[in-house]
Amino acid sequence: MRQGAGTRLRRDGIVLAAVSILYLAISAFVTNSYYQLILTLVPIWAVFGASWNILSGYGGQLSFGHASFFGIGAYTVTLALVYWNLTPWLGIPLGMLMGAIAAVIIGTPTFRLRGHYFALSMLAYPLAILYLLQYLGFQEMSLPMHRDHPIAFLEFTDQRLYTLVATLLLVAGILACMFVENSRFGLALLAIRQNELAAEAAGINARQWKMRALITSGIIAAAAGGLYACVLLVVTPDSVFGLLVSAQPVVVTLFGGVASIWGPVIGAAILVPLAESLNAQLGNIIPGIQGVVYGAAIIVIILAAPDGLYWTIRDRWLRGAMPPLPPPLPAAAVPTRKYSEIGATPLLQVENLSRSFGGLRAVSQVSFAIQPREILGIIGPNGAGKTTLFNVLNGVLAADEGSALLAGEQMLGRKVYQVCRMGVGRTFQIVRSFSRLPLLDNVVVGAYGAGLPDRAAVAAAEHALHHVGMLHLATRQAGQLTNKQLRLMELARALAGQPRLLLLDETLAGLGRDECDEVLDVLAKLRDEGMTIAIIEHTMHAMMRLADRFVVLDHGAVLASGLPRDVVENRAVIEAYLGKKFLARQNA
Amino acid sequence: MDFEVLIENTLNALAAGITIGCIYGLMCIGLGLIFGIMRIVNFAQGELLMLGMYASLYLVTGAGVFAFLGPYVGPFVGALCAGPIVFVGGAVLHRFLIARVSGLRTAGSVDDGHFGQLLVTLGISLILQNGGLIVFGSTPETVRTPLASRAFTVDGFYGDATVFLNKARLIACAVAIIIAITLYLVLEYTRLGKSLRAAADNPTAATYMGIDVDRAYRIAFALGCGITAVAGGLMATYLSFGPFIGLDYVIIMYSGVVLGGMGSILGAFWGGLTVGFVQQCSALVLPPQLQNAAIFVVFLLIVMLRPQGLFGRSAERA
Repeated sequence: MRQGAGTRLRRDGIVLAAVSILYLAISAFVTNSYYQLILTLVPIWAVFGASWNILSGYGGQLSFGHASFFGIGAYTVTLALVYWNLTPWLGIPLGMLMGAIAAVIIGTPTFRLRGHYFALSMLAYPLAILYLLQYLGFQEMSLPMHRDHPIAFLEFTDQRLYTLVATLLLVAGILACMFVENSRFGLALLAIRQNELAAEAAGINARQWKMRALITSGIIAAAAGGLYACVLLVVTPDSVFGLLVSAQPVVVTLFGGVASIWGPVIGAAILVPLAESLNAQLGNIIPGIQGVVYGAAIIVIILAAPDGLYWTIRDRWLRGAMPPLPPPLPAAAVPTRKYSEIGATPLLQVENLSRSFGGLRAVSQVSFAIQPREILGIIGPNGAGKTTLFNVLNGVLAADEGSALLAGEQMLGRKVYQVCRMGVGRTFQIVRSFSRLPLLDNVVVGAYGAGLPDRAAVAAAEHALHHVGMLHLATRQAGQLTNKQLRLMELARALAGQPRLLLLDETLAGLGRDECDEVLDVLAKLRDEGMTIAIIEHTMHAMMRLADRFVVLDHGAVLASGLPRDVVENRAVIEAYLGKKFLARQNA
Repeated sequence: MDFEVLIENTLNALAAGITIGCIYGLMCIGLGLIFGIMRIVNFAQGELLMLGMYASLYLVTGAGVFAFLGPYVGPFVGALCAGPIVFVGGAVLHRFLIARVSGLRTAGSVDDGHFGQLLVTLGISLILQNGGLIVFGSTPETVRTPLASRAFTVDGFYGDATVFLNKARLIACAVAIIIAITLYLVLEYTRLGKSLRAAADNPTAATYMGIDVDRAYRIAFALGCGITAVAGGLMATYLSFGPFIGLDYVIIMYSGVVLGGMGSILGAFWGGLTVGFVQQCSALVLPPQLQNAAIFVVFLLIVMLRPQGLFGRSAERA
């Protein structure tokens, strides 16, 4: 469980119990069967919204085609009942299983795509299924009645019982969402949503978590669809696979509040009765007016509350003033160990590494080694291939040729998160933070990535924050941190993964001189404790202070390497940095 | 003899695929402008197509201003004039609704404001569909032209095989190609086109270069609406339509745009052409109910094989 999960779970659990009991109590007094139907549909659409929320809200993987799972649930229940006389009590679990299988089949190819491409490709699946069902002749299926054992076949004459079942399903769905939100599952999804590459570099297997999210989501959506079929007693391809069905969870969740367990519930509780009563009240007088009013309501609310009702209300009324920060703790008192000599066998051995983009050889036959407990400075003019080198090393890009051995183990050909788990931490040239998560959670992501269990992960994260002197800021949202603090946060995130080697990409970029010195002190301390670091940097005065050795890249190739003094006096290096003219003038 | 029928069917499907595909191509360019330049998933695009159809209908039939042009020229002039009308509508939509949830306002925020955009365009789509039902009624309409029931015949390919080229579609196809080429030239070579492309590539940098990004987005959005409306007007000459026709075509438009690769105008055209082509040619081997399913299968296949689209390029910096 995540930090603070206990209190959150308890609070949400109490609210859930109170709301569902109240809801059932109210529904017990509703005798009008039309209003009772609305009361049954609210939890069903809320569950469907909650399922969408797991994948698209927490995970940020927008899906416009969630009707696939809803419809598969509905059709599994219906077909099983019609052809095998299987009761929906078993049909719904069977539908959930089918939903899970569909999620694997759909997710395996589709997760290769990102962003809008993913979202729109998801749209294609339910429509393809819809046309297929029409072709197969399953146009309009009604669920056969069982007069002898109605309860055994989930057929109730008292409509309130449907509401009861739907509400219980909603409670189960919300409990599932609460578990997701408060576990590493949820944190991994939030991290992926905010910055997939950073999550991968912190050791999160993004693809695996996204797949788990889709499967969970598919199971819940199928359950909602199955119950929907039982309530309506008739299914058509359009009513469960149609475009408007796919739009429903998106609308209720976005309206209520994305990435919050209450969002879909709030959205469904407002929108479903609104749409239904508009249909009933106005639909007969002027056909179409209900759609216009519904559309206008959605637009007005979203312009007033762009993040959804839940977040807007919470931000406006429920959030107190920011708690005052505790004073900064004294810097970590770590026994400083001095190493008289640098280790003999290299920790990282890079040989003949190359990578081209079309005709451009961004990294060309690069070879170098990093000894344990050494700080290697990688310098070179803009476009020399420094960042590309890091990208190849940690798996963002594939190498064309060459090898990179970390303590004798091949790093190349692995995925980003796998390289991280070998013990390679990475920071980025442009800070990649999870800006809506608190600082501590940002760092915990790194510890989870290393595979630490919950308690140890939080401890490692706190330790890492303490190390960079930011433990007192642990509850701050990353979006509120200064540039220097963000740089240190990235460093802490990399450290929380217990790395053997740190790859730092322009960690000092954009920092003032004093800030620069603070970060340098942290790095020097890390080295003294035995960390091995490769750092890309432009600020020469900083590098001269920090680095034990330099590797100079120019046009993708190693121009020079050696001790800092020797390298900065190397004629080829001066030429690459300052140009031939400068050299000629100096000689003259 | 059977073989001759097969040849004839194939050639006719190819011809229909190309003519309809070109019109789809134009329709996709409209969406491609919005999707490619503003990165907005506009669910209301199908309704803009519908508005184009009705605009053309009211211009050329009954007491419309172009009724005097007669059934031969009128429908095509009507289609062309539907463009500017919907263009203005699009500019207004952008000014009052879309701009509030997109552009520089949301650039850089989590999810880049996609969630808000989705809801707003869904809302617009609902309003236009149902508003259309109120204003236009639910009776299917068509902009009648006698050309729709006449065809050029071309034969001599193989035995008695004859290819029929529907005149209405052929003219619509020619108009679509001319507009597509004009638009491509405008975007490629004029100052306006360059500012649109700059705003698409990097809105923040474009602002620093003195480009009014908000205005560029408004033009892109309005232009996208107008172009799709013209395509709608052209389709209205051979198709019967109602207020909910947008739902059928919005998917086709997205398939085309994603196939072609986002941000590429030519790509959107080829993408639309591909979709039309696949749709018509699948009629040869598949039962009619599965023709639309075939589009999605081809769509998924191409997207899996080339995630950046047929003509797109992808790049990410770490």
